[in-house]
Amino acid sequence: MRRDRIAAIVGIAESDIGVTPDKTVLQLQAQAAVRALTDAGLHTRDVQALFCAGAWTTWTNLMLAEYLGIQPIYTDSTNIGGSSFEAHIGHAVAGIQAGLFEVALIVYGSTQRSQRLRGKVPGEVGLTEQYEAPFGLPVPVGAYAMAAMRHMYEYGTRSEQLAEVAVAARQWAMQNPRAFARDPLSVEDVLASRMICEPLHLYDCCLVTDGGGAIVVTSERVARQCRHKPIWVLGHAETHTHHTLLSMPDVTSTGAAVTGPRAMAMAGIRHDDVDVAEIYDSFTITVIVTLEALGFCHQGEGGAFVSGGRIAPGGSFPMNTNGGGLSYCHPGMYGIFLLIEAALQLRGDAGMRQVPNAQIALVHGTGVQLSSSATVVLGRD
Amino acid sequence: MTMQAKPVPVLDTDSRPFWEGCRQGVLRIQRCKTCAQYVFYPRSICPHCMSDDLAFVEAKGLGTVYTYTVVHRGFGPFQDEVPFTIALVDLDEGVRMMTRIVDAGEGIGIGDRVEVVFSERDDGLVLPYFRPILTATR
Repeated sequence: MRRDRIAAIVGIAESDIGVTPDKTVLQLQAQAAVRALTDAGLHTRDVQALFCAGAWTTWTNLMLAEYLGIQPIYTDSTNIGGSSFEAHIGHAVAGIQAGLFEVALIVYGSTQRSQRLRGKVPGEVGLTEQYEAPFGLPVPVGAYAMAAMRHMYEYGTRSEQLAEVAVAARQWAMQNPRAFARDPLSVEDVLASRMICEPLHLYDCCLVTDGGGAIVVTSERVARQCRHKPIWVLGHAETHTHHTLLSMPDVTSTGAAVTGPRAMAMAGIRHDDVDVAEIYDSFTITVIVTLEALGFCHQGEGGAFVSGGRIAPGGSFPMNTNGGGLSYCHPGMYGIFLLIEAALQLRGDAGMRQVPNAQIALVHGTGVQLSSSATVVLGRD
Repeated sequence: MTMQAKPVPVLDTDSRPFWEGCRQGVLRIQRCKTCAQYVFYPRSICPHCMSDDLAFVEAKGLGTVYTYTVVHRGFGPFQDEVPFTIALVDLDEGVRMMTRIVDAGEGIGIGDRVEVVFSERDDGLVLPYFRPILTATR
């Protein structure tokens, strides 16, 4: 494992999550930001770099920084979809390594559920979107459905195997008091749920919730002075491969095949070293194609890999331990919650769902239509 | 409830020949004059070789279903049309398009051969849909 310590996650927090009709998107982010800074033992006046991504305004960083009373000396509004926050971690580490700042705040929030922002269809579509949107594919679910259909065709993956991902997520969520969906769920329940886009059923799809989160990343020097033991960023990598689905050469193979090896090489770890994995689960198929691309199993073997309780509580591959986007919460862009849960597990503060003696966590975000990928490897001393 | 408008393409100098072709019953894709690769969607620079010398050519309108989904929950103006089938079709020229599959009474499958059929949407927009090519062996 990598020995040099450059930057660490020192503060983590979620805002109110679930349904928050009385909260604005700025209130959720402010709540998460203050909680994360307090968690670290830091203050808004300590923040030098601000990272934010969201669809709530064009001016995410300007509006949020002003609301918080921050005038950052470094700012980054990289938005590559749900994986943005894994990319932000990499950018923060690079900035710290370059000596540009020592304290970075990463923030996300969304009120998409209370504002009923999902399922909107634009009246006019320009540029490259005009070759897809007029046909009526519901996005993003329809894109992931087409990936699942092709995966089934090429590799014989079955709906029961997709359902295993949702069932395992629910079992983890049942051990997380803050999870949104905690009722028991069986493979049969998933298969009997309403068909959304063949072959994806309702319970193959992530939740639609409100919520926000924040993460504080600092230099080693600052991290040593914070309240919690540092959760080191050991490796990171990002890519995006396409925007329109028609431009994705193989819908069963994502950019995780690039970012996984790069991040793991930087961290100096092998697959066997990973104690806990937090894998973006916008849809059940997302997990299967990501695990394959990351190399935890061979291409086409993801369905078998997730079966038999391997990724469920008590299984040999603890994954999405908070219940994931499928059962914990999913406010539009979920990537920040993957990082929060990974850090919580490495701190040993995950309560009932704690993975014993977790030392290395692998986090992988996937954004838009399997378009963007970012991997982060975290570890503790 | 007022019917929400369906997405309408905003024509630009990349896309106009494509959409005008649809109205004329011609499926237009591009071919790079420098590297001879076919390109879709239309653009001003070849993504294969950076050349700006691209020409529109008429595609044969034949292809193979790469993947598809049957939509059971449509969004907004499409919600009353369910179920309908959206596919990615690989044209014989080697480029991929998103489309709808129509006239597939027996259903559709990955690997099925399809041909373009221009269809006027209820708002007048002409879109290149595809339908199965009827052959003795599927």
